[in-house]
Amino acid sequence: MWILIIIGGAIVILVLGPISISQYGEFNSFFGSVIQGTIAIILVVIWILILSALKNWIFKKELKF
Amino acid sequence: MIELIIPTIISCFLAFFIVFFITPPLIKILEKKNFVVKDVNKKGNVMIARPGGLSIMLGIIVSELIFYVFLQLNEILAIIITTTLAFLIGYVDDRKTMSGWFKPVMLAIAALPIIFIGAYDSDLTFPLFGDVQIPILYFGLIIFMITITGNTINSIDVLNGVASGFMVIASFTLSICLFILQNYEIAVISLPLGFVSLAFYKYHKIPSKIFPGDSGALAFGAMYGTIAIVGGVEIIAAIILLPAIINSFLFLSSVKRIVEHRQIKGKPVEHTDDFKLKATKDQTAPVTLVRLILTNGPLSEKQIGLEIFKLAIFSGILGIITAFLMGIFV
Repeated sequence: MWILIIIGGAIVILVLGPISISQYGEFNSFFGSVIQGTIAIILVVIWILILSALKNWIFKKELKF
Repeated sequence: MIELIIPTIISCFLAFFIVFFITPPLIKILEKKNFVVKDVNKKGNVMIARPGGLSIMLGIIVSELIFYVFLQLNEILAIIITTTLAFLIGYVDDRKTMSGWFKPVMLAIAALPIIFIGAYDSDLTFPLFGDVQIPILYFGLIIFMITITGNTINSIDVLNGVASGFMVIASFTLSICLFILQNYEIAVISLPLGFVSLAFYKYHKIPSKIFPGDSGALAFGAMYGTIAIVGGVEIIAAIILLPAIINSFLFLSSVKRIVEHRQIKGKPVEHTDDFKLKATKDQTAPVTLVRLILTNGPLSEKQIGLEIFKLAIFSGILGIITAFLMGIFV
């Protein structure tokens, strides 16, 4: 999980951070945040799916569910 | 830095000794009023006083007020208000059984004072890669952080001494990380959490004389989360808290809804003849950290607690490494 957090940090800084919108005037910041938020949620979902797969694998192996 | 020494000594001294001396009479009062619950992991009908959140909260408020008198920082006000609200939410849940959604929703509201007081910096710092400015998204992060830290500490409070012992390790590690990052004011302000947890652990460790209850666990978690936000160490705080976060994640991903532990019918663990705990093969039961630890075979309550503490120390070391990696950008 620690490694996933560091990789996630790299994606946030290098990909998510620089995203900016320029054609909506005073709403630029708002729409930029919406896009950043959407990508962040997708990353969190991927993170949850990876952890769920790991959890299921461990339990099937150890407890023979 | 030198001007912080006197308030730190007074505050930490009071944080520890208020809890240390108030908890024994609190246990007697709670037992007298029959505010007790059964310790399900003991043979026979062993009843334990609950909630101990009252002495925890008193220690936190007095020690942080001492800091406020000397330093007058908005960050201290944010810690006091959010922690007090989390304590009250927990206290309601201690007295009256609420739905699974009650605590997450109310903790989200408890996070709002941090935003209103403005005790945060919307830069989110990651190890190795620096920081990113997320001014609007950061509001969501504040609410998310307090909800997560409050509930994860509450969900790990399943065995004697685990929640308070875990908080001793996590909070002192977070303070060390703040010192590494040279955020000295928030580092000293965070110290009372460790001292309060340490004093409470004396009575909470196996065999417990008192349980913190939801009020104590939510106060611990909310204070930890608020320190993380006002100190700008959200990522480090999450890494240190990983064993507790994993526990909550395992639980949620196996039951697939937000519910209280008491509403779950399947038993994740059961007792052996010599009253050790062992993992069940009940597929309807939630997967928890304790059940994961027990996949290698039955363990006593004390042994499981030690395993969780080892995980906490390991995560703490990862947190300190992360702080050094972040220090590159300070």
